[in-house]
Amino acid sequence: MKLEYITLAIIVAFIAAFAYVSSAGNHEWGGSDDMPENVINDLTHGSYHPWFKSVWVPPSPEIESLLFALQAAFGSLIIGYFLGYYRGLAKARAAATSEEQEGNLNARPAR
Amino acid sequence: MHIMEGFLPLQWCVFWFALSLPVVAYGAYRMNKMMKANRDVLPLLAVSGAFIFVLSSLKMPSVTGSCSHPTGTGIGAILFGPWITSVLSIIVLIYQAIFLAHGGLTTLGANTFSMGIVGPFAGYLVYKACMKRDVNMYIAVFLAAMLADWLTYIVTSIQLALAFPAASGGVMASFEAFLAVFAITQVPLAIVEGAVSALLFKYIVQLRSDVLLKLNVASPGVMKKLKEASA
Repeated sequence: MKLEYITLAIIVAFIAAFAYVSSAGNHEWGGSDDMPENVINDLTHGSYHPWFKSVWVPPSPEIESLLFALQAAFGSLIIGYFLGYYRGLAKARAAATSEEQEGNLNARPAR
Repeated sequence: MHIMEGFLPLQWCVFWFALSLPVVAYGAYRMNKMMKANRDVLPLLAVSGAFIFVLSSLKMPSVTGSCSHPTGTGIGAILFGPWITSVLSIIVLIYQAIFLAHGGLTTLGANTFSMGIVGPFAGYLVYKACMKRDVNMYIAVFLAAMLADWLTYIVTSIQLALAFPAASGGVMASFEAFLAVFAITQVPLAIVEGAVSALLFKYIVQLRSDVLLKLNVASPGVMKKLKEASA
């Protein structure tokens, strides 16, 4: 359990840092992926123009967050499924070996 | 770390594609070979890919007042090596480029190079170095995942700096400017990513230590010690 507590403590510290920073000043909380645009504008004095546009842009922030949520949900589903499957497998194996040790393997109802 | 669509000049797009594509192609070849030889590893491969899916979708607020996202590539790099992880990464990057307008198809080569290649290679090497020195396995995973995340953003800064050198000060000056956007923002996120990766790794050790031995992720001695400690 120790690692769980350490991880939890790190996440709590992370949230605390967020709470402190957001209470200490006004921040936009914009995406760092979008910020290089401004830096590039500064560096090139606005002379650089993107030469290619995204093939498709989510039509609204709602739809964008839907797609992000789907991405996360799909990923967590797979992780949870396989960890659960492994857990069940390990349990079944342990049960089978303990039955064998007790020597009552034949006591199981016939299928 | 997603460089936006169209935000790298054409010659740099070509350059990063030329570096990335051979790695991804070789990774796909290794992945294919591994899947044929060893069906047992498939679920863990899916879990590693899914972990990248989840973590790279989470945009978390950082101490700099902006948001960024972890990469999740550490687990894949440790379990399957950096080559195969580059394939997992490019899948996520293509999804985000097409459906989320996040990153882009022209910058795919550059983004794959930072997130799918340099990050995982760094994580893999850190993990192997730690294991050689008998560092606790979970600390090794923590360090590997954290550095894989952080280095990804450093590489993005280098890529942008190379493409947009400052008029005065050149590449170094613009490298600092891009680092200011990415580096500090990423530190707390990288730490969280390291911790979460270590936790996931603990469950994998508990449930499938046999596969970990097969993948040569840890020696039998280390595995036995960890199992005893958690029992």
